[in-house]
This record gives sequence, structure tokens and C-alpha cells, in this order.
Amino acid sequence: MLEPLIYELSTPGRPGHRFPDPDVPLADLPEGMIRQDLMLPELSELEVVRHFVRLSQLNHAIDTGFYPLGSCSMKYNPKVNEDAARLPGFAHSHPLQDPSTQQGSLAVMYSLQDWLKEVGGFAGISLQPAAGAHGELSGILMIRAYHRDRGQPQRNKILVPDSAHGTNPATTTMSGLRVVELPSDARGNVDLEALRAECDETLAGLMLTNPNTLGLFEERVQEVVRLVHDNGGLVYGDGANMNALLGVVRPGDLGFDVLHFNLHKTFSTPHGGGGPGAGPVGVRDLLVDYLPGPVAAELEPESEALPPLYGLVMPTKSIGRVKAFHGHFGMHVRAYAFIRSHGKPGMRAIAEHAVLNANYLLAGLRQSYRVPFDRRCMHEFVAEGRFEGVPEIHALDVSKRLMDYGFHPPTNYFPLIVREALMIEPTETESKPTLDAFIEAMKAIAEEAHSEPELLKGAPHGTPFGRLDEVQAAKQLVLCCRPAELERAAL
Amino acid sequence: MNYPADLKYAGTDEWVRVEGDRATLGVSDFAQDQLSDLVFFEATVRVGERVAAGEQVATLESVKAAADVNSPVSGEILEINQPLAARPELVNTDPYGSGWMVKLKLTDKSELAALMDNTAYQRNTEARGGR
Repeated sequence: MLEPLIYELSTPGRPGHRFPDPDVPLADLPEGMIRQDLMLPELSELEVVRHFVRLSQLNHAIDTGFYPLGSCSMKYNPKVNEDAARLPGFAHSHPLQDPSTQQGSLAVMYSLQDWLKEVGGFAGISLQPAAGAHGELSGILMIRAYHRDRGQPQRNKILVPDSAHGTNPATTTMSGLRVVELPSDARGNVDLEALRAECDETLAGLMLTNPNTLGLFEERVQEVVRLVHDNGGLVYGDGANMNALLGVVRPGDLGFDVLHFNLHKTFSTPHGGGGPGAGPVGVRDLLVDYLPGPVAAELEPESEALPPLYGLVMPTKSIGRVKAFHGHFGMHVRAYAFIRSHGKPGMRAIAEHAVLNANYLLAGLRQSYRVPFDRRCMHEFVAEGRFEGVPEIHALDVSKRLMDYGFHPPTNYFPLIVREALMIEPTETESKPTLDAFIEAMKAIAEEAHSEPELLKGAPHGTPFGRLDEVQAAKQLVLCCRPAELERAAL
Repeated sequence: MNYPADLKYAGTDEWVRVEGDRATLGVSDFAQDQLSDLVFFEATVRVGERVAAGEQVATLESVKAAADVNSPVSGEILEINQPLAARPELVNTDPYGSGWMVKLKLTDKSELAALMDNTAYQRNTEARGGR
């Protein structure tokens, strides 16, 4: 074990902090509420710090290395975002304060809504949803409310392409609607014939990711949108791949009725274990009244003497509140800082460099890896982790071997329409030398797959832990943290 | 890859073994190989329930992906392979035997004509990269 559990580092009686003697009488805890079985670890502050710093050093993070995890936009999270989020006026504010005392926070929310409206081409934004899938749920509930409101509750069918994120069908089912899967055509686009066949009076809408999860721009997106609209449906946009579009194409202009943004992807707030996500939704005018709320609004315009007065308002036909208080406000501040530090021209540069970097990697890897649907990619692409003559090598083995070269693996086995999928997304923040080093590592692994396949099967060799037993990990779930003694006793 | 001759196969990788008006249903060797190690099996129907051809009867999850199992034939569910819930790996080790999933009473035997025999199914999987 490289680092023991914190319970194993415990020394009975060792305090982390010594409290001053009380100057008031002590109140004893009620007898029946004192537990002896908690076995809380007892360590000094220094021991705690060293334990967690050591653990953090076992990890791979965007701050330690390249992280080309497709569909996740693992870009650098600028530290100025953290500075902004820690400004005392933001960090120490409380959502139950009187709005007159949180005008600065409300102004940030209002301005962020404005920016997202602008880059998305939308009429309204709600910052409430806590993450991407939560934004999806909010969006589909809005579509459902819209149809019911218009006396068309029979519209209960949501079309989802087979290249969609797995959350799309899950969202639909959770909203009480019906999922119908649409196949992709030979170029990786939505199959228009299959779409036409599903256009009937039960159509509630279509969920579309553009660029799709193959990293390809839907070449006939406007025709797809028109078909759905002509048949009374609405179009939901999964904004997970907005990094390819920023400042270049606005989903609202393409006809998308609602779209979620992933602030933790496109707008550089921490992703994964680094912090909570945030999944604001943007809508065209026909859905503005249905937005989850409250949303930030300008209650009184700026005058000569006073700045504008901001407040929170509930849209008239809102699907309701989907998150406590203001959503993940700390993430709103970080995303706002990111947007303001790039400005308008910077938004477009983000997309251009993200797409350029992905195409550079694709060009460098095309000779060593099979690429189905090989056409100009957007911010990511999908290659196959399998090789002629060595059927025992899978995408997982390529990924594990990459860790020995110091890189985080790409997304594996997604989308499902590609065999042994390796989904690679470099983002805009990586330099050419980093991309070159990654290409070299991938080429070396492709050669090893033929010359020394056991090197891949046994990988990783140089990480703190070797190959983990994924089957056992999935079957024997340990769902809560308990002291090691109890855990062992339970087995 | 194993393609027993006494079974009928669906393009969505389920197999059916017909005995009189009863059918046993599972997923093919190719399907389990594509999914890799299975970690979860759940029947989505109950004994006595009627399913139409194409309707879901179970959910599978592997370390790679989740997949629906659809019945290629219509019928009434007679039995569910209960041990699979605790031992989904049986689908990997014995897809045509102890890895079976449900048994049905067929309501329309003419549907069987739409399914593939083993040589047609083998050609079908080879076109999709099967071995």
C-alpha cells in the first residue's frame, strides 16, 4: 500500500487542534446520542496535510499532465478563475442575504446569462442546473411542459441518435417520455430517412449533439431541425461539444430550441473530482417562460445616479426550481472570469484552436490507428484501438499503456457505434510539443501491440497501481467510507 | 466463435431455441464477446407477462457498455433465469447453456421465419468484425 488509510494512521488521543479552555459552563451531550462506534481518526494537522498531499500526488490531473478524455473538454482551468471565486464578496456571501446586499453576485449571474445568450444565440438562460445531465433533464421537462401547455400531451416521443451521450435516453426516460433511437448514416450523420419515418403526431422532440460524439459536424443539421419543427417537435441541443462552436456557430441560429452548456467543459470550471459542475440551459423565445427559476433579472435600469438594480425572478410558466438557491454560484463566477479574460474574439479563438489541435492529432495518428467516419473532425475524433493480426489487444489495453507514457487515457468504448472506440479530445490549451509527444506515444503503442502485445495486456507498469480488476470493482461495490476494521469485519 | 446449428438468431444478437411452442432466449457468443465481462443482469419482465417481438426482456451491463436484450419473438414469459442476477458471468462462459435469460410460450411461430440460421448469422457477425 503506497499510502495507508487515514484510519490506519490514527494514534489514540492525538489531537489536530487544542481548543482554549471554555469561559462558559460546558453542556454535556445527551447520554443516548453519544456513539462509541464511530472510530474517528485521530491525527495532528501535519499528518493530515501530508496524507492528503501524498494522495493527491498519486493522481493524474490536468495540472500534472495531458488529459485527452474525449467529450469532456479537459482544458486547463486558469488560476485567475480561482482568484475571482475567492474574492470575499463572492466567497462569503450567503444566498439568503437580502438581494440589496448581493447586487455584485446578482450582476455576475445576470452578465453570465447575457454572455451565454450571446454565444448560444438564445433568448433566455437559467443558471440553475447543477451539471450537464441536469441541464438535459430541465430542457426535456421544458419541452414536455410546452406541449402539454398547448394541449398536445400525446407528444411523448423523443428521438435520440445512436451516437448520443448515454445521458440523453436516460433523461428522456426520467422525464416520462419515450425514447426512439435513430441510426447514423455512412458519413456519421443522422439518417434522414429514419428521421422522416418517425415524424408523426407523437413527436415531442429530438436530442442532438452537434458536433456529434464522433466529433463530426452534422452536415445537414438545418434540414434535421426543419423536419422536426415542421412536424411539431422541438430540438434539444446537447452542449457538451460547444467547444467546437464558440464564436463560430450559434446553436440558436441553427434552430435549436433549448441547449445546455457545460461550464465545466467549455468554460474551464473544474471537471470531475475538482468541483461541482454547472449546466445552464439556454432557450429560444418560445421556451423563455418555462425556464427553471429563479433567474437573475434587471429589475430597474441604470440611471444617472445609480447602477441597475438586480434581483431574482421566476419565469411565468416555469417548470420550477431544479436546484437549491442560485445553482452552483462559485462555478458561475469562474466561468464569468474565463469568458471576460478571453473576450469576444477570444471565444472564437478557443474553438479554432480546439478544432486545429484535434485535426493535428488525427493527421498524426491516421497511419497507426483505424479511423472510421474519417472526415474533417471538429474538437475531437474517434479512432479504433484494435490491430490486424493481434485480436487480443483492445482499446482498454492501449489506454492502460498510455498511462506508462504519462498521459491520461482517452474515453474508451464510446460512442458505441465504433468498435473498440478511443475518443480523443486535446482541447485548445495544449501546445504543439505536447501534441507531438502524444502522437509519438500512440505510435509507439501501436508498434508494441504487434511486437510486444503482453506489454499492453499487463499495462500500466509505471503507475502507483497496476491493472485494476474492473469486473470485481463493478460487482463488489463499496459505497461508503467506513473504518478499515469495520470494512474487513463485514467481508 | 460458436454458432450452434440448432438455434435461430436475431440481427440484434439474441438467440432462440425452439422446443414445440416454447422458446428459450439468450444472447450470442458474438454478443458476449463484444460486451466483454458482464457485471450485471436484470430481467425487465415478469413471469406471466406478454411481450411482443422486439420488446425488451432484460438489461445487461459489462465493464464496457450497457445493452438491452429484446425478444425477437412474441410470447408469454414462462421462466426467468434467476441465478444470472448473482452470476452474470455465466453469459460469458456459457452463452448458449446456463447463460440463457428467459423462456417464453410462443404466440406466433410464423415470426421465427424472420430469424437467421447459424450460417446466415455467422456471415452477419463477420460483416461486423466477428471472428
